[in-house]
Amino acid sequence: MYGSGEGVRPPYHAVAEWLGTQALGDLRQKLADAETMFRRTGITFAVYGSEDTSERLIPFDIIPRIISAAEWRKLAAGIEQRVRALNAFMFDIYHRQEIIRAGKVPEELIVSNSAFVPEMMGVSVPLGIYSHIIGIDIVRTGESDFFVLEDNTRTPSGVSYMLENRETMMHMFPDLFARNRVAPVENYPENLLKTLESVAPTGLKGEPTIALLTPGQFNSAYYEHSFLADQMGVELVEGRDLAVIDGYLQMKTTQGPRRIDVLYRRIDDDFLDPLVFRSDSVLGVPGLFDLYRAGRVTIVNAPGGGIADDKAIYSYIPKIIKFYTGRAPILQNVPTYNCRKADDLKYVLEHLPELVVKEVHGSGGYGMLVGPTASSSEIEAFRAKLTANPSNYIAQPTLALSTSPTMVETGVAPRHLDLRPFVLVGDEVRMTAGGLTRVAMRAGSLVVNSSQGGGTKDTWVLQD
Amino acid sequence: MLGRTANDLYWLARYVERAENMARLIEVGYRIVLLPRDGEGAHEEWRSTLASAGCAQGFFDKHETLSTRDVINYLLFDCSNPSSVKSCLAAARRNGRAQRTSLTRDMWESLNAAWIEFSAIKPESVTAGELPRILDWVRSRSALYRGAMLNTILRNDTFFFMQLGTFLERADNTSRILDVKYYVLLPHVEMVGSGIDAVQWAAILRSVSAHRSYRWVYKENYKPWRIAEYLILNQAMPRSLRSCYEQIGVTLDDLAEYYGDQHACHGTATGTRQRLAKGNIDNIFQSGLHEFIEDFISRNNRLGNEVADAYHFNG
Repeated sequence: MYGSGEGVRPPYHAVAEWLGTQALGDLRQKLADAETMFRRTGITFAVYGSEDTSERLIPFDIIPRIISAAEWRKLAAGIEQRVRALNAFMFDIYHRQEIIRAGKVPEELIVSNSAFVPEMMGVSVPLGIYSHIIGIDIVRTGESDFFVLEDNTRTPSGVSYMLENRETMMHMFPDLFARNRVAPVENYPENLLKTLESVAPTGLKGEPTIALLTPGQFNSAYYEHSFLADQMGVELVEGRDLAVIDGYLQMKTTQGPRRIDVLYRRIDDDFLDPLVFRSDSVLGVPGLFDLYRAGRVTIVNAPGGGIADDKAIYSYIPKIIKFYTGRAPILQNVPTYNCRKADDLKYVLEHLPELVVKEVHGSGGYGMLVGPTASSSEIEAFRAKLTANPSNYIAQPTLALSTSPTMVETGVAPRHLDLRPFVLVGDEVRMTAGGLTRVAMRAGSLVVNSSQGGGTKDTWVLQD
Repeated sequence: MLGRTANDLYWLARYVERAENMARLIEVGYRIVLLPRDGEGAHEEWRSTLASAGCAQGFFDKHETLSTRDVINYLLFDCSNPSSVKSCLAAARRNGRAQRTSLTRDMWESLNAAWIEFSAIKPESVTAGELPRILDWVRSRSALYRGAMLNTILRNDTFFFMQLGTFLERADNTSRILDVKYYVLLPHVEMVGSGIDAVQWAAILRSVSAHRSYRWVYKENYKPWRIAEYLILNQAMPRSLRSCYEQIGVTLDDLAEYYGDQHACHGTATGTRQRLAKGNIDNIFQSGLHEFIEDFISRNNRLGNEVADAYHFNG
């Protein structure tokens, strides 16, 4: 909320003023109301490996995070450039691999990468798009310094929280919205539907039938799956509802089998088709991949998209953007050390207390080391893991993440946050202003993942 | 609609209805147990409650003797009993969550809130004085859910499958009460006029919330054949077999129109509906009340299976 200079930054003026007029007790009451609302609606998520098996709420903070129109314009341009380049990269990797021939990305980083799916080689996908739904994790470290922390090109989640957070805020603080011109977010489901329709199998006549494939109600993101299916008016299906019948993907309805043209899947590649990927998978559909290759169904996002959000590829993204767009990246990467390189490993081992070290294929904030907040024994334990398998890790300097006022036990205090805008890529690039703001609820913590106790905020992009 | 969705919605409705019926059975059983009496064990009444609830086998697998506390725990809170109120509310909510997209917000919130509030009750803290309040609460929750459904849901296949679940379960419940208690309704010379009869007749009516409406309909004291007629053949009584089958018939007609085809279940339902519509209580007693009820139960079960087959409940 505060810049490097004196006082509150302009985009926050109205909210800071409002915050000054609110009694802490009232805010707490509103927060409790919001939680009751979330619980009653069932906006919960499951935490893997926790004692209390079923459902928890993601902490919600009632003080919005604010982005000015000018800041958003720059972010949006950078994001659009990035998602176009990522898709061009995936197309290239699964076709002629020009970028490898040009020597910009080492071949072994691709072909020996577990996120690379050789079965996708030469498959032609509608509009040449692989990753239709992308979440870009962005952090801010200064007034005009935004960095991309991570690209999520497989099955990014969290968009339902973006939408529900706004619903909740509008319900609780209508006057705040009357006094600020906040860009709406509710067009996301409609844009998602348009995007899915635009990538229907080539040559399909009539309206495509779309379905959303979920692993089921015990998945951590199940609420989101059912929320999106509901908002788009498409069937929410599980693997057991599907079969390949008469050469097409069909769902088993009350009136017998019915064809599906576009499958928005929220299960990992590994589970899509037991005949091609993991043979023990019961979440997918035997024979699905063959249909896909034959262009009889579109899978969204395409299998093999993980090659573009692999943490080992991440450090090459600036080169990738330059290669496919011919321009310098608008949004910067965080400098990254690839521990598979001897020089980088040496540096990382010498500077562990200053760095953030992550697993190459990790997600959700599991298995990472945050040097500055780790104890020396944690650092030593991590050093052993790192030395044993260096190519499994990357490291980045610890960034001075921006903070935003947040309701905590002691009152309103600054907490670190990031931003995940959601981008849709189909016949055009569609973006919802803002995204999901994740906030680390513990003082000083830089880990915002919900699986690690992080919370969320409504994100406002102000209009000029 | 997916076959699995239809299955989940159908069972969701059955579980909500079952939870409500269970609460009513417990209430009736508890009233009888509270009565002063000589001789036989005061807990014996629970035997027929358990039988009416279809829970006798499960209960005696776990408990050797009948005690009020054990029975109430088993019927209200025991998760190993698939028909306990707790199991029903959990299953209803699980199905609702799996089919969240088919429910309106009002329906889902009432289902979810019922589960959250019920799971907060600690069985050991439930005293005799609190039991009626909890049972009332269960019934009001079921009413709230059905009210939310009737007021907010589109009249399409979602609604039709839930209606089928509700009325098949209700018919099953009423017929099982009759099955367990039919002997009370038979003319026994030695028991006529004994206080026990009146209590038992009232209990049967209470277990389908019909003890007051009976008087309005028949304008006379409880008569066993009238009670049987009321529960089996009266079209106005919302828990009678006839009334359930009128609803089932209408719903199956709606489904046939909606989907444009008919199945074996349509024939079965029409057959049962006509028997009830043309039925006469004297004939039923003459050819055997018990036989009639048993035949009804098996026809009702068959209808459930035929609906599941016709609409691909299992894929």
